[in-house]
Amino acid sequence: MRTSTRGSRRLVALAAAAALTTGLLAGCAEDSDDSSPNEGGGNGGGGKTTLTVGTFGTFGYKQAGLYDEYMKLHPDISIKENVTTRTDVYWPKVLTRLQAGSGADDIQAIEIMNVTEAVQTQADKFVDLGKEVDKSQWLGWKNAQATTKDGKLIGLGTDVGPMAICYRKDLFEKAGLETDRTKLAAQWKGDWGKYVDLGKEYMKKAPSGTKFVDSASSVYNAALGGAAERYYKDDGTVDWDKSQGVKNAWDVAMDVATSDMSAKLKQFDKPWDQGYANGTFATVACPAWMIGYILEKSGDSGKGKWDVAAAPTASNWGGSFIGVPTSGKHQKEAIALAKWLTAPEQQAKVFAKQASFPSTPSAYSTLKPAAATTEYFSNAPITQIFSDSAKTIPSQYFGIKDQAINTALTDIGILQVEQKGKTPDQGWDAASKEIKDVLGQ
Amino acid sequence: MSSSKQALAHAASADAAPGDQPGAAGRAHGRGTPPPPGPDSWRSRLYRWDMKASPYAFIAPFFIVFGAFSLVPLLYTAWYSLHNVQLANLDGQTWTGLDNYQNLLSSDFFWNALWNTCTIGVISTVPQLLMAIGLAHLLNYKLRGSTVWRVVMLTPYATSVAAATLVFVLLYSWDGGMINWLLEFVGIDPVNWRESDWGSQFAVSSIVIWRWTGYNALIYLAAMQAIPADLYESAAIDGANRWQQFLHVTIPQLRPTILFTVVVSTIGATQLFGEPLLFGGVSGSKGGSEHQYQTLGLYMYDQGWIIGNLGKASAIAWTMFLILLIVAVIQLLVSRRLRKSQ
Repeated sequence: MRTSTRGSRRLVALAAAAALTTGLLAGCAEDSDDSSPNEGGGNGGGGKTTLTVGTFGTFGYKQAGLYDEYMKLHPDISIKENVTTRTDVYWPKVLTRLQAGSGADDIQAIEIMNVTEAVQTQADKFVDLGKEVDKSQWLGWKNAQATTKDGKLIGLGTDVGPMAICYRKDLFEKAGLETDRTKLAAQWKGDWGKYVDLGKEYMKKAPSGTKFVDSASSVYNAALGGAAERYYKDDGTVDWDKSQGVKNAWDVAMDVATSDMSAKLKQFDKPWDQGYANGTFATVACPAWMIGYILEKSGDSGKGKWDVAAAPTASNWGGSFIGVPTSGKHQKEAIALAKWLTAPEQQAKVFAKQASFPSTPSAYSTLKPAAATTEYFSNAPITQIFSDSAKTIPSQYFGIKDQAINTALTDIGILQVEQKGKTPDQGWDAASKEIKDVLGQ
Repeated sequence: MSSSKQALAHAASADAAPGDQPGAAGRAHGRGTPPPPGPDSWRSRLYRWDMKASPYAFIAPFFIVFGAFSLVPLLYTAWYSLHNVQLANLDGQTWTGLDNYQNLLSSDFFWNALWNTCTIGVISTVPQLLMAIGLAHLLNYKLRGSTVWRVVMLTPYATSVAAATLVFVLLYSWDGGMINWLLEFVGIDPVNWRESDWGSQFAVSSIVIWRWTGYNALIYLAAMQAIPADLYESAAIDGANRWQQFLHVTIPQLRPTILFTVVVSTIGATQLFGEPLLFGGVSGSKGGSEHQYQTLGLYMYDQGWIIGNLGKASAIAWTMFLILLIVAVIQLLVSRRLRKSQ
């Protein structure tokens, strides 16, 4: 009797093992089945192609209902978005997956700060989209940033970040300043220094507990975004310490940091969000994508109090691309989806929902922000303001370590002056040391 | 049932002794005698293999996983640390020998990170363990609802680092944070917790202390409850009060446990990463504008994943490993001396 139970136990174990193995094998088989019917038109029962889209932050595709719309148009496609909140986490992950040749999503977003690195080091890992689309749809400078030396386009432009100034009308009024958006824009036109001068004016009669601007770094980024040269020369050689654009932006930022007009917040930190909610700063350099952010963080308390005026200079801050990795199993479908997502009509839909500004000028005439947005920002003609800026933005060259150099200057250099009371020279030296470490000098 | 069993046995014995008459073997089984344990019988060979190999098969999963996910990466990291490897170009590595290590030893940021790791380690581990012993001692008294207290002690440990740190970031926020508000209430100037040198290290340590004190207290409590009650009784007869009992009975009895928690906490402190990273918020891997709370773990992350210099990051990883080995050896020597002195 005993032997018999032991035997049957062994049998059960064997059966379990066998079931597991066949299960695994079946799993593999199912996987390969999944892709085959689609090549033949995708009319097989349940033979859906799942496309994954890897993004960071908020791209607005899901929010604007674009995935649902596309899936309705193409019943054989289902779309899954993989969102990573932080860019500094997102990009290293993408790099390693691209080089491993597996694990990348069918469509991968590329931030503007990383696009040069992608163009110079990962071009062979992305499909050349130049052959698939009509390139003249996009702003010329936008395409140029994602194009390799031999003319390969590795990513389609999504949004751009033309700059304006968002300001609290109510706080301006209390401080006795001009509140009309066109007159304000005229006051600081052409020079970020004039904007800072107005800040000094504001601080003389500032409502208690408020400052003129959220941080010196945001003014720095805004001013640098309109410069002809950033940290690199057009030929790709690093030139950050001699660049006139960097010098001008730095001087303006130092003026902000040393004259007590900044709320000393770090952008995208929790306390910054609180600053929006509590209305502790009166202005913020406002790329188009910031409109959605303000809407969300400033909430009901800011309704109707915000207004938008043209920035001192045309300038760009941020904006992304989407590329199709060559390692993807469903390249044809992914290219079609990428094309569709970045087409002018779809970009206009994202703008209506999220105020991310299109990189395709033909969409500009059709742009309509959501009624709620217009109401929130005191009926400011944001479409007009942002498209005027977008058309005149200089074509900037982003170097391979652009992001790391920028972080060193803002989060080390400017922060030390702003929050630790160091002198501008000390801040510059600290940033230099950091940048040398970044560049491995 | 029994007939099929017999048939199976029949087949097996037929296999074992091909020369035998099948019928005879079947009859032998029918009488209930076991098969002869001949030296080359298939069954016994299988049995011997079972005895020898099974234990290894049972422990194999751990070692296979350990090899795949610890040993191979460890060796691969050592290999990387001798090369110039960029994150954007993993295949284009060039041999540089010990350059990465030399580079580290001459880097201010490295020494700064090492020093920070030590200071944050000390100001988080020491108060944490002292408080844990104190709490464990209190919990060791007869209390109403003692289980509730013990569970409550463990809740911070069950909280995720991210959630806890985000709450602390808000508490320590320099403008409108609760802690500065309290300080102002008692007339002390607000502190910029993230940017001041000691303030930021203290803030990071407080997160660590908050999370781990209860955990250590429970370990101490378990050890305290294993101390025989007669030790306390005889101490009481000798006239020792509660405090003297704690000092002369509890502490000496806890010595091996204390040593264990010190080892574990030291390893944890050397690898401190999540709390300072999240405390720093955006660009947290720099550990503040003057790297004032950048630990070795953060420095490695910054070099590897933000700057993209994987070779140097690997060198940092191995340096950390060597530091931990040295710490382990020191602790081994200390514990040996302690044991001898007992």
